[in-house]
Amino acid sequence: MKGMTVVVKKTTQLIAGLVFLYGIYIIIHGHLTPGGGFAGGVILAGSFILLILAYGSDFLHLVREEAGTTLYENLAILVVLVLALSGLLLGTHVFFLNWAPKGVAGELISAGLLPLYNIFIGIEVAASILSIFLALVIFKEEITK
Amino acid sequence: MMNPLIPLFVAVPLAGAFLIMILGRFIKHFDRVAASLVLLFLVIISLHAIVSSGGSTSVYKVGGWEAVNKIPIGIYMVMDGFSVIVLCIVNLIGLLSVIYSISYISRYTSENFFYSLFCLMVAGMNGVVLSGDLFNIFVFLEISAISSYALVAFGVEKDELEATFKYQVLGGVASFLILFGIGFIYWKTKTLNIADVRTVFSTGYDRNYYLLVQILLLSGFGLKAAIIPFHAWLPDAHSSAPSPISAMLSGVLIKAIGIYVIIRLFFNMFAISEGMAVLITTLGTLSMFIGVFLAVGQWDIKRLLAYHSISQMGYVVLSAGIGMILISREIRYEVAALAIAGSIFHLINHAAFKSLLFLNAGAIEYSTGTRDLKEMGGLSKTMPVTSGTSFVASLSISGIPPFNGFFSKLIIIIAAVMARFYLLAALAALVSIITLASFLKFQRYAFYNQDPDRKKTKGKEVPFPMLFSMIILGMICLLLSLLVIPGIREMILTPATDILMDPSRYTSQITGT
Repeated sequence: MKGMTVVVKKTTQLIAGLVFLYGIYIIIHGHLTPGGGFAGGVILAGSFILLILAYGSDFLHLVREEAGTTLYENLAILVVLVLALSGLLLGTHVFFLNWAPKGVAGELISAGLLPLYNIFIGIEVAASILSIFLALVIFKEEITK
Repeated sequence: MMNPLIPLFVAVPLAGAFLIMILGRFIKHFDRVAASLVLLFLVIISLHAIVSSGGSTSVYKVGGWEAVNKIPIGIYMVMDGFSVIVLCIVNLIGLLSVIYSISYISRYTSENFFYSLFCLMVAGMNGVVLSGDLFNIFVFLEISAISSYALVAFGVEKDELEATFKYQVLGGVASFLILFGIGFIYWKTKTLNIADVRTVFSTGYDRNYYLLVQILLLSGFGLKAAIIPFHAWLPDAHSSAPSPISAMLSGVLIKAIGIYVIIRLFFNMFAISEGMAVLITTLGTLSMFIGVFLAVGQWDIKRLLAYHSISQMGYVVLSAGIGMILISREIRYEVAALAIAGSIFHLINHAAFKSLLFLNAGAIEYSTGTRDLKEMGGLSKTMPVTSGTSFVASLSISGIPPFNGFFSKLIIIIAAVMARFYLLAALAALVSIITLASFLKFQRYAFYNQDPDRKKTKGKEVPFPMLFSMIILGMICLLLSLLVIPGIREMILTPATDILMDPSRYTSQITGT
């Protein structure tokens, strides 16, 4: 896949970072505002996809990148599962128990384990959407060859 | 203190799936070892559950969210007499399929993906079976359905991709109908908990609205269960998948995410109406009758077996339908109980013999490289174990004593006669005879027929893991006959029948009123 013109590349350079930051904002405020892990993860993946679309995939090691995203995806979801299982070991021993201290409602660090779930679900969603995108790119390159 | 084993039925296979994807890259053979251990663990805890529960219902409130004003707000997982049986067959067939896959799948690349998807599929089915609320049923159903789409296409050949595409389109339609139905229920009742939905509906409902919801859910889950007007995807999908997956799909998937949910919802959530009961019985009879006629003419072994799945599922639905008709007329509850017991018994038996038959078909394909009955013959000499086990399974499915299929079909036919549905009883017997004919053809062409002028048959016996699974399943086919013995029947089948017959008990145990 070839890159686009210099105008597109420069604009993407300016925008991609902002999109990425916005994704992080959505994820870490998941327990306070609308959105959360899933929505923020999609935005994170969007910033990467924007860069790949603008610059082309020729300079990427697609297969290696795809292996990396798959690894991150599985690690993140495994952490979510471990957090859920930690409820079985701590507190009143219930699956998915929110055992951590809840803090003051409305503050950034509050709601116990929910921000952690959001963060790891965000990584999981970003990585999996990126791997779907990379898999499609790899598939297309294989066809055109 | 809630039973901590209940969430493990979902959490352990999920963890297995993700660990396989991570560590499977670095450690050789980690995938098959991990998958076998996960399934072994699940089999142990499900057997423990069936022995220790003694038919009682246990409720698990995920996250520890207690009911507020007696309205359940959290996610409830419910393990009762019926779900524990389905859990047992899901995990047992899953374990044997994984052991079988150790040899069978080593011919393919990307084994990691296979075992990972397999664990995901099992997690989804366990989740559907244990779930006590509608939306979780939908979520877990999608987990297992999507992983089964990928597994059907595992060979990535033209046929497999076509089959999986068809399966995905129809599966998507089914999921859409189910979600639509769940949405309608949520709109009216403001709750998703199965027991609570029943309570809310019992205070009064609009008849047409209720009927619409019932039809949506019946057609959605009917598509997943491949009852006859909705069966188009099944023969392709089940015959193109790798054989251990065919065994899982035909043996447990259509039951766990299709028949199980239909029975659960129509007995425990909706008030049984005679119209729906007659409709379900008709669908069951059609599946049973048309399925077997579609099967007789097949020459591809796996297609033949797939069509027989439709027909045998017809027995299950028919028998459950007879039970529903009797309950809706409020007469002869003991016959209704017999019909439902027959239906559950046949569901268990079908899981055993149909997965065995698919594993046999896989063994034949593994060793001779063909699925066409006309190209086989004389395999009983070269593959004695496959031949023997498939003989057991063929007799079971055709209903020959002392194998399990005989007893469940007998119970179904007796129940139909006692309920005075003589035509249905006669049809069930007739279909059983046609099934026998069809399996005699399978036996003869695959194992015994030998053209004198044809060159020596190729093929040799398959490796040990495959033999092991087939022999165990053959023994299970015989052992399941024991379920008719009164003491064992009361321990396993009666709790399941009770919970289905008495929806108010199901409701009261969940809402705690």
